[in-house]
Amino acid sequence: MFEPFQYAFLQNALLAGSAVAVVAAVVGYFLILRGLTFAGHALGHIGFAGAAGAVLLQVDPLYGLLAFTLTAAVGIGLLGQEIRERDITIGIIMMLMLGLGLLFLSLYAGYAERAYSILFGTILGISQHDVLVTGLFSLLTLGVLGGLWRPLLFSSVDPEVAKARGVPVRRLRVLFLVLVAITVSVAVQVVGILLIFTLLVGPPATAVRLARTPGRALGLAVTLGLAYTWLGILLAANSPWPASFFIAALSFGVYLPVRLLALGWARRRPAPPALGVKVESEHPVGS
Amino acid sequence: MSPVVELEHVHVQLGGRPILVDISLALDAGAFSVLLGPNGAGKSTLLKLLLGLLPPATGTVRVLGRPPRRGNPAIGYAPQHRELEADLALRARDVVGFGLDGHRWGLGWPSRARTATIDRALEEVGATAFADAPIGQLSGGEQQRLLIAQALLTNPRLLLLDEPLANLDLAYQQEMVRLIAAVCHLRQVTVILVAHDINPLLPVTDCVIYLANGRSAIGPPAAVITSATLSQLYDAPVEVVEALGRVFVVGVET
Amino acid sequence: MSLLDLLNQDFARNALLAGAIVAVVSAVVGYFVVLRAQAFAAHALSHIGFAGATGAALLHLDALVGMFALTLLAAAGMGSLGARIRGRDVEIGMVLSLALGLGVLFLSLYTNSASETVGVLFGSILSVTPRAVQITLITGAGILIGLGIIWRPLLFASIDPEVARARGVPVRALGVVFLLLLALAVAQAIQVVGVLLLFALLVAPAATAAQLVRRPFATVGLAIALSLAWTWGGLLLAFTSRWPVSFAIAALAGCAYFAAGGIRRWRVPRRYHAPPHPTREYP
Repeated sequence: MFEPFQYAFLQNALLAGSAVAVVAAVVGYFLILRGLTFAGHALGHIGFAGAAGAVLLQVDPLYGLLAFTLTAAVGIGLLGQEIRERDITIGIIMMLMLGLGLLFLSLYAGYAERAYSILFGTILGISQHDVLVTGLFSLLTLGVLGGLWRPLLFSSVDPEVAKARGVPVRRLRVLFLVLVAITVSVAVQVVGILLIFTLLVGPPATAVRLARTPGRALGLAVTLGLAYTWLGILLAANSPWPASFFIAALSFGVYLPVRLLALGWARRRPAPPALGVKVESEHPVGS
Repeated sequence: MSPVVELEHVHVQLGGRPILVDISLALDAGAFSVLLGPNGAGKSTLLKLLLGLLPPATGTVRVLGRPPRRGNPAIGYAPQHRELEADLALRARDVVGFGLDGHRWGLGWPSRARTATIDRALEEVGATAFADAPIGQLSGGEQQRLLIAQALLTNPRLLLLDEPLANLDLAYQQEMVRLIAAVCHLRQVTVILVAHDINPLLPVTDCVIYLANGRSAIGPPAAVITSATLSQLYDAPVEVVEALGRVFVVGVET
Repeated sequence: MSLLDLLNQDFARNALLAGAIVAVVSAVVGYFVVLRAQAFAAHALSHIGFAGATGAALLHLDALVGMFALTLLAAAGMGSLGARIRGRDVEIGMVLSLALGLGVLFLSLYTNSASETVGVLFGSILSVTPRAVQITLITGAGILIGLGIIWRPLLFASIDPEVARARGVPVRALGVVFLLLLALAVAQAIQVVGVLLLFALLVAPAATAAQLVRRPFATVGLAIALSLAWTWGGLLLAFTSRWPVSFAIAALAGCAYFAAGGIRRWRVPRRYHAPPHPTREYP
């Protein structure tokens, strides 16, 4: 049973995949808490233009992804407008970036292969160098998140009070989005742009419906993310389809029943005893 | 003259829990009544009952001699202050206009008569100055006026106002009370106003409907807002103190 | 060949016609999408439509029918779960990703052609058939008539649901009906700009207009004008250059949106003077 694990490409895939799964689960948890899942999705699409452009310039797509997503993250963080306008603004930026990516695509024939790999991930073809880079970025992100854990949680749940307590809410917001951008960029290698949501948001979304405390939710999210990634990679190794398909299927497949069944802590309060006593009073008068 | 609002031994349940228990009241035209009580006591439920949005479990409810029905144009309703985004692309008068024909199908081309009717309502509440401003940028007090203007557009006989004085400072509260009282007397409209503090309303209130603890006390303020009545209502010691020209209810949440 | 000769070709005429219909319909529906903050729902419906189209093709059925059918089904589902989209972005995002994944899976099972994939993802207005133009015209007319009928109560329910409900407006039912109309509009728009660039027609023109104009009818009118301008402008740009059509439309629509935002900030707002604070009765 352990024979497959001797292949180098599989070892690389599992290592890089694990690093990404852990970071994605943690970052995704905060995305949900802050109501920024749309932004997470958008950063993936924005990264598409960056990756397409990078391949055009014959540079590693990862750097194109990072360049575009980091810029976008800072922009979104500084926008700070109310949800409705933010949704539309982000959506339109997303659309512009996808259009740009399309433009790059159309300029060069025989491009479809690279585009496909950006869209759906190339974890099974990842090189050792890439594993190292992925690992470093993941470690960096996790380290920063570990240090920022409490103020980030505070400002996510109660921004007004946090601001009053001296937490630099705005700077945290920008910094957090920068971390999301990094996570998205490395995660694209595993799941590609189109399915990034299923690895970034799927595990934590499932976890928050099952766990009561932040710590337990995070732990569960990481566990689920790792499980999906490992299973997805192993299943994909024997099939013509990219790992992202399997990861997405697992993520959604587990999320759906949990979402439908675990309505969780909204239990009914026991009804107080009925009181039928009427107070004596005069009848009201008109004017 | 038959009463505008009549309740006879009405019980209302929500989710299996009794909210209003054995309530009876009768309000004539032009009566200014204030609905008081702690949160969750059933004030909004009573309004929904009159609006035809909730059926009574037992008892009879009559509005203008008939059972309540949804969309009764004889009732004007202003809900609690609503949250509107600042950049909403609608003018104040557009939103007020909903009160006139927002429920009718079709496109509704603007007409001079319609604009005139809306202008009159805006003038009555003193909102002409900001009629064309984007609604999301108006203050709480200004939006409250617009809500009342909207409620008045169909010339209602009954006005239901859900906490119109919340989020207003004292001076604006007094202005709002004057406005509502003027509307009440000029149009001989029956008003039921939900509030937490009786004081700004004492000078104009004919009747208090006090809901608490699953019970009700209904009558003129002098009879209801007393230590004896409220203590019996809450089943706990409540002191009503008059001082500094105001009434203070001590001992429970109002 | 010159531009005029090009415009005389059938494919160009069909493209301009279908584009115009879709532009008008999208602008009007988009007005409500922006008002009701349901842009994310539109996004999700487009992805589901994609899965419907490719799934239908896989089953040797008409792709267009598959797209319409699945988006309508999805809209009904969304409506029955409750029209509140705010706070549901996680669910929508998950469904979105799943639909996209399935769509591409079906596509990869059905064809190895990358260009077909690109066609569905990014629009294929230049290869629209006369039959598709007819369908677009009929569904477009249907959507506009439907919206015309529910216009006032929908506007009321979108802005002021509580009072609307008290007035007897069927707020929830209207929400479902709107989602169904949105589903049809989405399926239409996908033909022109594709799944991934949907916002260019469905959201951007209405959002741009809403930043510049206040009255409902004026906003819709401006949205229609902008939408037509971007669609035809984009087509003309595509005819006269190597740019893909949907990119051109998207670029015009997106840049205009941000330009409008800039105009709004720069234009000195007409301030009305709030009435003076009333004096207090007692100190």
